[in-house]
Amino acid sequence: MGISINNISKSYKNVKALQDISFEVKEGELFGLIGPDGAGKTTLFRILTTLLFADNGSATVAGFDVVKAYKNIRNNVGYMPGKFSLYQDLTIEENLNFFATIFGTTIEENYDLIKDIYVQIEPFKNRRAGKLSGGMKQKLALCCALIHKPKVLFLDEPTTGVDPVSRKEFWDMLKRLQQKGITILVSTPYMDEAELCDRIALIQGGKILDIDTPQEIVKHYPKPIYNVSANNMYQLINSLNDYEFNHSVYPFGEFVHYTDSRIDFNPEDLKAYLETKKLLNIAIEKTVATIEDTFMELAK
Amino acid sequence: MNNDKVIQVEGLTKMFGDFTAVNAITFEVEKGEIFGFLGANGAGKTTAMKMLIGISNPTSGKANVAGFDVFTNAEDIKKNIGYMSQKFALYDDLTVKENITFFGGIYGLKRQRIKEKSNALIVELGLEEVANKLVGSLPLGWKQKLSFSVSLIHDPKIVFLDEPTGGVDPITRRQFWELIYKASHNGTTVFVTTHYMDEAEYCDRVSIMVNGKIEALDTPKKLKEQFKVKNMNDVFLKLARE
Repeated sequence: MGISINNISKSYKNVKALQDISFEVKEGELFGLIGPDGAGKTTLFRILTTLLFADNGSATVAGFDVVKAYKNIRNNVGYMPGKFSLYQDLTIEENLNFFATIFGTTIEENYDLIKDIYVQIEPFKNRRAGKLSGGMKQKLALCCALIHKPKVLFLDEPTTGVDPVSRKEFWDMLKRLQQKGITILVSTPYMDEAELCDRIALIQGGKILDIDTPQEIVKHYPKPIYNVSANNMYQLINSLNDYEFNHSVYPFGEFVHYTDSRIDFNPEDLKAYLETKKLLNIAIEKTVATIEDTFMELAK
Repeated sequence: MNNDKVIQVEGLTKMFGDFTAVNAITFEVEKGEIFGFLGANGAGKTTAMKMLIGISNPTSGKANVAGFDVFTNAEDIKKNIGYMSQKFALYDDLTVKENITFFGGIYGLKRQRIKEKSNALIVELGLEEVANKLVGSLPLGWKQKLSFSVSLIHDPKIVFLDEPTGGVDPITRRQFWELIYKASHNGTTVFVTTHYMDEAEYCDRVSIMVNGKIEALDTPKKLKEQFKVKNMNDVFLKLARE
């Protein structure tokens, strides 16, 4: 009764936005769609919220078919698009009242659902939406998407461009909504947010690269992976890129994540090579793959 | 001015009416350094950056950027720095070559020099196939790499990057950072804002602004030690949540 997606494809002229996508989101699940701009995330959201027809395939949301029962879906889902889409000339309170009225309800009726979030913006309820900060707009948009007590909530990149503190607060809010029984499909380009979901789908170029829990997905990484560091990051990256046995070389914070193409890789060989490149303080240590490593390996 | 310090800021302040957006910030950035300028939304980063690039007059304090005073020589600053943001980058309706030529012209490069630069840049970024295509038709990641290279076309002493990598896939994001490392290696100072805390770790030093003030400034390693946490995300959360 959550979301069921079966072999959905969609093209725009010569761009294949979605290619044969299938997956299920269970009722009450917090499911993350993780991928960069242009991966097809927004196209999928628009199909599931009945704003766009797929070329092929079928999908149901909260048990309703996205084509045949589109009206039922519109009454039962909340959608927060990536672009701020509320009325800029209406105040916070007017926007919220407007959306409540459209859905035949009132702010009071479902106040408990939005209370946590609304109290944070209530002091500014007479301010026009166009004059709010990014964080406040985001909270208002979430309130408006929730005001009719939807069964399924769609959030398209709610945290893009938002600072880490506001991002953390936003994810705490999502967890509380999930506890109230709402199924949530959320997309994000931030790989670190993937860990906060029950399950994730990695998506790029209109294709699903992998689907699993964040804990399991990193176990799909096929190779031993090493943290390499030295005194000069730029020279280290160049030297590793020039090394004939490298499989992947990616900067990761203060380290470079390195994998080797050989099965019998001995880190001492790499160390000896880096020493010939005049690098100092070389350290090579085994590490564990992150979701981002897994994404990059699959997207390669 | 000390030649190794390409940015010197002392007590720089900006007020809007009663509101102090930037509250007496003081710091220095060295030649070739990659300097991360972090802070929550609304902390004052953009206002501070606007003063440093010479498009907003400070209320008080001192600032010297690329050898010029922000109060008296703002126009010279603009000629001697590069700037790139995610919001304003290149013209979608011009081709790759036209964009390069346009920005080269804006910065007063000679025709021959623009031609050389243009060819070198297209080869370096592997854009030979699309050199005559409209920039609007390129993937976001390509645009951003091109935009960064264009911001360096006049060999500025400093390049300011305002959230350059938003929404880009992780592989392209790393290729972008390799370009940043290269620029820094060549002696260009890189002043960068980002919301990706793993990118903060790529910086030589990082400052974190909270409510208009710089509350922390050090290498990522020392900041992590100081706050006894494992990564920059936790440093940020500890500071900005106070």
